[in-house]
Amino acid sequence: MNDEPASGRRTLLHGWGRTAPTAARVVRPRTAEQVAEALSRAGERGALPRGLGRSYGDAAQDAGGLVLDCTGLTGPVRLDAARAEVTAPAGTSMDRLLTHLLRRGYFVPVTPGTRHVTLGGAVAADVHGKNHPADSSLGAHVRALTLVTPDGRTRRLGPGGEDPDLFWATVGGMGLTGVVTEVTVAVQPVETAYMAVDTDRTADLEATLELMADTGHRYSVAWLDLFARGGALGRGVVTRARHALPRDLPPRTRRDPLRYRSTSLPVPPLTPPAGALNRWSVGAFNALRHARAPLRRRGQVQPVGDYFHPLDALRDWNRMYGRPGAVQYQFVVPFGAEGTLAHVAERLSRARVPSFLAVLKRMGAPTPAPLSFPRPGWSLAVDLPAGLPGLGAVLHGFDERVLDSGGRLYLAKDSRARAETVHAMYPGLPAWRRTRERADPGGVMVSDLARRLRLL
Amino acid sequence: MRDSVGSVRSVLLLGGRSEIGLAIVERLVREGAREVVLAARGGVDPVPGALTALGADVYSVDFDASLPETHTGTVAEAVALVGDLDVVVDAFGVLGEQSAYEADPAAAARAAAVNYGGHVSAGLAVAARLREQGHGALVVLSSVAGVRVRRFNYVYGSAKAGLDGFAQGLADSLHGSGARVLVVRPGYVPTRMSAHVAPAPFPATPGQVAEAVSAGLRSRATTVWAPRVLQPLFTGMRLVPRSLWRRLGR
Repeated sequence: MNDEPASGRRTLLHGWGRTAPTAARVVRPRTAEQVAEALSRAGERGALPRGLGRSYGDAAQDAGGLVLDCTGLTGPVRLDAARAEVTAPAGTSMDRLLTHLLRRGYFVPVTPGTRHVTLGGAVAADVHGKNHPADSSLGAHVRALTLVTPDGRTRRLGPGGEDPDLFWATVGGMGLTGVVTEVTVAVQPVETAYMAVDTDRTADLEATLELMADTGHRYSVAWLDLFARGGALGRGVVTRARHALPRDLPPRTRRDPLRYRSTSLPVPPLTPPAGALNRWSVGAFNALRHARAPLRRRGQVQPVGDYFHPLDALRDWNRMYGRPGAVQYQFVVPFGAEGTLAHVAERLSRARVPSFLAVLKRMGAPTPAPLSFPRPGWSLAVDLPAGLPGLGAVLHGFDERVLDSGGRLYLAKDSRARAETVHAMYPGLPAWRRTRERADPGGVMVSDLARRLRLL
Repeated sequence: MRDSVGSVRSVLLLGGRSEIGLAIVERLVREGAREVVLAARGGVDPVPGALTALGADVYSVDFDASLPETHTGTVAEAVALVGDLDVVVDAFGVLGEQSAYEADPAAAARAAAVNYGGHVSAGLAVAARLREQGHGALVVLSSVAGVRVRRFNYVYGSAKAGLDGFAQGLADSLHGSGARVLVVRPGYVPTRMSAHVAPAPFPATPGQVAEAVSAGLRSRATTVWAPRVLQPLFTGMRLVPRSLWRRLGR
């Protein structure tokens, strides 16, 4: 925007859950120099980078402060086939990156459940995908990144560079160490833009976990029907996949095996006041979705987008939760703490909570990043309408169970946890703070999330 | 900061001994608030045990509603204690007796200065802070007495009418700033302050007012009535002809 005042335009910002908006001045830098300049103008309420706003809660908000809309940090994407890595400006979306890479026969090492995230945001949240047990989170594949800190310095950091602590504090650091302006990440060769998907419909939680425990597939995810009760509790649809080979494809598709389409249907730009998701609509939807899934199907060919980003098919689907918005509760508990999973599923099912998105994933080796979420074990992510009466107390109860089981919450999803709880879940927090203070001694970088959870 | 399920962390109560105000604060603490500042003349000592027992850190600051030039300082003091103000409850005021006011015009003017002017300076001081921090809610205790002023308490009622109008205007001026104003219109609430007033129909307890405020803060409401029936009732009362209105005893 050319008419943007240098100090930014005051804008109300919220996360993907559309809850608790706060106002900040927003500027849209185009280059690392403009980022440094904007940071130098941050006032008492600090500054924060923001990507495409897919964090559910308040991670990309800085009430009263300066928010750097980093979607303007775009430019050429540079693929180095010899080193099997790609370098792109931090504002590049996963969607754009996939478009660039697939055409050339490469795929990203890790993709979250939506492709509408920026590369910078993905690093800041150390996102994971359906291949976590095999490939860990995105941070494990970042070879280098450029970080602009509030003192105006620009550093090139990597896991083996001169300041690995600051690199790992930035990975998963929720944008609080500075602004990432460029990322170099490893890529993997693929022969097609399709997945060969095995689908299984499961009858209960035990069956779901058993299928998910199978390590024969690189990618796996389970959708749970949390509306099912009693013996059917935890029933779901497990989809496990590998990258399809040309010979897997039907002849017509085989002619252009790397063809990638990113399409989505618009949802009317209306927010239904009470939300379209209630126990009846969700109950019917879930029952239908479970019943429609094949009991057992092998090797079905799906475009990568259909497998990895099914919800991206509907633009702005978060509006369906209506005015009060949505909360996503995502936690991980170690193997052996399946009881906590069952407890959460059972409580939600008993309360008839209308949740149409409940995703179970298995997690493997973590990165060394102190604030990175994944730990070996089970991760469950549940979307919940924020307006549900008593929701706060129920989730605090879950927090206690998760903490007692040695688990933790995902900061990129959180919008309501207590500071003490999160501190206990992230024992690496004091070390992360020390590293962060080195890069930002003036305490410029701050977010609503950081204030609420007293991260700094 | 209000979280996604409606809990807040910090609350400032202007009128730190107000029963309705304290009921609202207690309700917010039960719902998760952890830091409370009670602002009253001379400070509040000791602070109510109910709040500390619920796990809140309770602070107290000196606040004189009749000294408007001190109000910005009071807000700054509260910020120094707890940081961002998530909810500010503006609950101070004096009720007095109409007949006494008629006998002592100067006393009536002083009461009006607190009940209207005091809220103007305090409200503007709070609004400036909320605007700066980019979030927060100001809860203004108005009254049905100000919806249509009655002869039996027109000194008090006219100040509340002014306050109500001021709060609505302030709410509109804060639109888009991240901050908001919630106007609360309780009916007759039996408390120490109203002990000398004859009971009126549709009374509300301080707890009921607190519940209405809590619900209002969770929604996008700009106004709440307590009890709710007062809204249609007073909408009707606005239409009562003057000749009849002035004959109504209460």
